[in-house]
Amino acid sequence: MTTLPPPTAKKLGLVIDLDTCVGCHACAVACKEWNDGGEFGPLPDADPYGAQPNGVWFNRVHSYAVEQATGRGTRELTVHFPRSCLHCETPACVTVCPTGASYKRAEDGIVLVDADKCIGCQLCAWACPYGAREFNMERGTMQKCTLCVDRIYNETLDEADRQPACVMACPTRARHFGDLGDANSPVSKLVAEREGYALMPEYDYKPVNRYLPPRPRRDGCADAKTKAAPTESLDTAQLPGVLRWLDRVLSR
Amino acid sequence: MRPTFSIIAFTVLSGTGYGLWFLLGIVLTLSRMGGDGPPWPSFVVTALLLGLVLVGVGLLSSLGHLGKPARAWRALSQWRSSWLSREGVAAIATFVPAMLLTGAASGAAPAAAARVAAPALIAGAFATVYCTAHIYASLATIRAWSQPLVVPGYALFGLYGGLLCLWPMVDASPGGRSLETAVAGVAVASALLKVRYWHAIDRQPPIDANHATGLARFGDVRSFEQPHTEENYLLHEMGFVLARKHARRLRGITLGLGFAAPVALALLALMLPSLRIACAACALASGLAGLFVERWLFFAEAKHAVTAYYQR
Repeated sequence: MTTLPPPTAKKLGLVIDLDTCVGCHACAVACKEWNDGGEFGPLPDADPYGAQPNGVWFNRVHSYAVEQATGRGTRELTVHFPRSCLHCETPACVTVCPTGASYKRAEDGIVLVDADKCIGCQLCAWACPYGAREFNMERGTMQKCTLCVDRIYNETLDEADRQPACVMACPTRARHFGDLGDANSPVSKLVAEREGYALMPEYDYKPVNRYLPPRPRRDGCADAKTKAAPTESLDTAQLPGVLRWLDRVLSR
Repeated sequence: MRPTFSIIAFTVLSGTGYGLWFLLGIVLTLSRMGGDGPPWPSFVVTALLLGLVLVGVGLLSSLGHLGKPARAWRALSQWRSSWLSREGVAAIATFVPAMLLTGAASGAAPAAAARVAAPALIAGAFATVYCTAHIYASLATIRAWSQPLVVPGYALFGLYGGLLCLWPMVDASPGGRSLETAVAGVAVASALLKVRYWHAIDRQPPIDANHATGLARFGDVRSFEQPHTEENYLLHEMGFVLARKHARRLRGITLGLGFAAPVALALLALMLPSLRIACAACALASGLAGLFVERWLFFAEAKHAVTAYYQR
């Protein structure tokens, strides 16, 4: 059913720390690896070794330079920005689906696609402002992040491994997984402490995932441009003869 | 958005077909034909069948856009939430009065059935086009579509296409009333609506990466490295730039072919009644070509919110 379930108490999602993300794409690669062989795979690639390879990925990592005006000129803040499904509370990608293939789980809020019902009209991808959905041209159906639903409840895995593949792979622990519907969960506390924010809230799809903003840079770390030493004056007449000669030679 | 031929053909052809059925429904309801009323004019069967061909080809063309066309029947299930599903239900339901009227007009069904079928055809044709328009108008992610002139536009352009189809058929039938003034009037109204639509979308503020990333409070966001070196599905489907580059010229072609030429031909037909059938046929060809350009632009000019992340 593509009508939404009643609001769920449990809201599983990700918290992504833009302060510590180093843009290594390990999350994207680990996601591709797990989901290619997982329950919702494969994630096909067209022309993988050719001139224009392209394929389905559930994670895309953008790299931005944020130009900031400071008291001493401008400086740039580097922000790596992983983008994936936000598992919205009221997602339009679910309600626009004509077949019931796109659905939101009542028990934990995960948004999934039933590939057996999808007719490949792609309206859900048009309805998502976050670019979470990518079309599987080979199979003719839509694919998206599953929050690794086949890992997080997988009893054949060690309990410590029941986390989304992207979270497991992150070398800087910039990705956190948990229940954002529970105010006392570690992820909710992290969001409260670091003032985590939702992307483009004006769409009213109520994303569950949160982004932790970059921490303010210390003023002393201003970039080289603003720190360049002022030109010093040197009165060569005051120098001893040897140094005056050295200055003349070096000035040529 | 990438303009896909299957969707353009679907919206233009089925819109025109439903417009034609809508007009026929009005003609048949107002003249109280069928039963003991006046006899059917000769163009009615032809027009009903032309509508059937246009709607049928349009709907079949829409299947061409699907990744799994054989599963299209599943799209009828979610009418509670999805405009696409509602459109499918309305489209199929409208075939019932259309077939009944075709039967009544050709003598295969009781003529009195037209009394019920004609108003049902009006309602069904309007509902289907209304749902088609809402598929696009309901997408808040595409600002050029989620604005108030889209639904009236689809309805008016469907009506206009239907009128252009009806004009030569009415002219060719003996004793038919001429439709020149109606064609000219609807053409002018359509052109005014389209110009206002373009005016409105040109003034929509773009969504930028500052806003999309939520980093505006930290400064000005510039993408220095894309997430992937080649195009992906999102950029292929939503990163279409060509139309915005040539928007002025294409808008001129839409207005000229779609609306100005049919108005000129209608005036010519009024002045030289001996040429009226030729004028009506030329107006149909030109007007439909213009509607195709209009629909191509409707898709191709529209910008999707996700392109902000790519700064495209």
